[in-house]
Amino acid sequence: MDLSDLIEIANKENAARKPRVIRCCTAAGCLSQDGQALKKALEDAVEAAGLGNEVEVIGVGCMGLCSQGPLVQIDPDGPLYEKVAPADAPAVVASLKTNGSARGKGSAGPKVGDPNIPFFTKQVPIVLENSGKINPERIEAYIAAGGYQALCHVVREMQPLDVCELITDSGLRGRGGAGYPTGLKWATVAKTEADRKYVVCNADEGDPGAFMDRSVLESDPHRVLEGMAIAAYAVGASQGYVYVRGEYPLAISRLKTAIAQARRLGILGTGVFETRFDFRVDIRIGAGAFVCGEETALMRSIEGQRGTPRPRPPFPAARGLWGYPTVINNVETIANVPTIVRKGADWFAGIGTEKSKGTKVFALAGKITNTGLIEVPMGTPLRTIVEEMGGGVPDGGKVKAVQTGGPSGGCIPANRFDTPVDYESLAQLGSIMGSGGMIVMDEKDNMVDVARFFMEFCMDESCGKCVPCRAGTVQIHHMLTQIREGKAQPEDLEKLRELCDMVKQTSLCGLGQSAPNPVLSTLRYYRHEYDAYIQGKAHEAAEEVNA
Amino acid sequence: MTAATAKAPEPPGKAPAKTHPSGDNRFKMLEATMKRHQYQADALIEVLHTAQELFGYLEMDLLLHIAHSLKVPPSRVFGVATFYHFFSLKPQGEHTCVICMGTACYVKGAGDLVAAVERACGIKAGETTSDGKVSLITARCLGACGIAPAVVLDGRVAGYQTPETLTETVKGWLS
Repeated sequence: MDLSDLIEIANKENAARKPRVIRCCTAAGCLSQDGQALKKALEDAVEAAGLGNEVEVIGVGCMGLCSQGPLVQIDPDGPLYEKVAPADAPAVVASLKTNGSARGKGSAGPKVGDPNIPFFTKQVPIVLENSGKINPERIEAYIAAGGYQALCHVVREMQPLDVCELITDSGLRGRGGAGYPTGLKWATVAKTEADRKYVVCNADEGDPGAFMDRSVLESDPHRVLEGMAIAAYAVGASQGYVYVRGEYPLAISRLKTAIAQARRLGILGTGVFETRFDFRVDIRIGAGAFVCGEETALMRSIEGQRGTPRPRPPFPAARGLWGYPTVINNVETIANVPTIVRKGADWFAGIGTEKSKGTKVFALAGKITNTGLIEVPMGTPLRTIVEEMGGGVPDGGKVKAVQTGGPSGGCIPANRFDTPVDYESLAQLGSIMGSGGMIVMDEKDNMVDVARFFMEFCMDESCGKCVPCRAGTVQIHHMLTQIREGKAQPEDLEKLRELCDMVKQTSLCGLGQSAPNPVLSTLRYYRHEYDAYIQGKAHEAAEEVNA
Repeated sequence: MTAATAKAPEPPGKAPAKTHPSGDNRFKMLEATMKRHQYQADALIEVLHTAQELFGYLEMDLLLHIAHSLKVPPSRVFGVATFYHFFSLKPQGEHTCVICMGTACYVKGAGDLVAAVERACGIKAGETTSDGKVSLITARCLGACGIAPAVVLDGRVAGYQTPETLTETVKGWLS
């Protein structure tokens, strides 16, 4: 297997493509709305119309606009259909013959989407470049899109340290939330002498409201494998693990398929691209523990133990899995790697802001018209994301705040929406970039309840190893409940803030250190809602909201 | 790891762990998984996943059997099985209703869905009806935020739920 073989596979794949293609979304969101039946219905309709030689139906990954699913796109240059039901299939296929629309008179047939809305036009797809375009279950489709050429180039033409340098130059930072420079992490592991090293892909996307990683794994699993293999070559590892949530069965199954396909072609396994570099990837399935997103806890879990974190240093780069140096990167970080190699560090560094390079994928959800996935350059203002791309609150409601970073992040009020989205700016507002979940809240959402919701989450998910987190989250939750029930005194707010600071400063791992963020940020921006409960005016406040 | 420890262990004297005295075929399949992982203690979570898939839940006996086969103390097996939410030590009902309580579903009223099912079944989240028909479970986040509020009904994800539609489904199971 070498570059010419890759090109041959790509050519064969492209030659076999029929002139017209119906792309049908088969990611989890659309599948749960009869997506599979829809794909079957489209295939049957193509057969029935006798178009079998000209038209093919392919199942693709996520097209982004989940709120309008199931989505169907006609290629080339055809319309995008939204909320397509299996019964609409014959009309969609019939429209191919006339080059017209499947939308009948009145409101019959599927809705035609507008590809020129800001939701689509403001995106810069790097991680999602193949999402919704290729069949994630065929390695040939990925190769035809230029896949695995970066890996081939790296293992055959580049020195490991040069790869680390390339990634450092690109300015890529960890997309899991903390934003540590990826190249630096790799170089540390590369320079450490050890008998064995590991590469781990963190796909334990535990933040409620975040589904970027699920979508990448479901839509373009080979990209993740290629990125991991490049990382492994750069640091000198020969074994990799993808630690993926048990809640994502479809992602697991597509990843398994992808690993088997890559191994069969000699892209993974012994002698990658006929070099002396070996790389094996195994999947480890998580079992529902939020704390396992923390890297040291994740490693304990891969080792078959309770997922409890340990103090750092030593960092995993020095002492990781089974005590060996380990690179742990988030799915999205890894998914950036093949494109950076292909297009160069300068190209990547040209996107984004001074300190935050490249793009970020966000999952828009909550009280927003266009729920789904978007990928925008770093530094895009929140207003552009929430109001222009997201389309604001449905039914004319008013956006109150956006919550980023899940239980570790905070609520950003609407009057701060001109903030550009990058690691530093969000931290200044008391939230974090996090993995990319953005939950939009409207005027009806009660911020004390939101804080209590997240604290309940952290209380349940605290692993119990260190006291500040184990006991602190319970106490904070208790205090919030007291406030909510109107049993708190004015001085309790100060106590609450002190307790939050203590938990933040003294907890062992990221879970505890960031658990108070939702409380602190709502206290900062929505103090009046807390005061209202304490002064017993909550009833009036609630009425005001409902009025 | 040396070759000697990686091999399947052969308990001296006693009946080998290959077959289970109950003659239950599922133990054979569990055995295959453990063998594939060379009976390494590191594979405990993978083995528990398989065990739960085969048996539906992790009974005390089953956990002891796994501890014995992987040669780890029962305390560690119990520790791991109880640490992770995914593992259940109690049998599930005939039907399961998992309600997503992720942030997106929460702001779109997942709390009302839980209350509705609790009322319809007379149980609390995490419990099973006394006739063993329905289990109500809450999940952290299914990652199906685009179709919030989402639930999983007997393994099938369904979006845009309302307390009314969900109550109807659950009542259908109960009758």
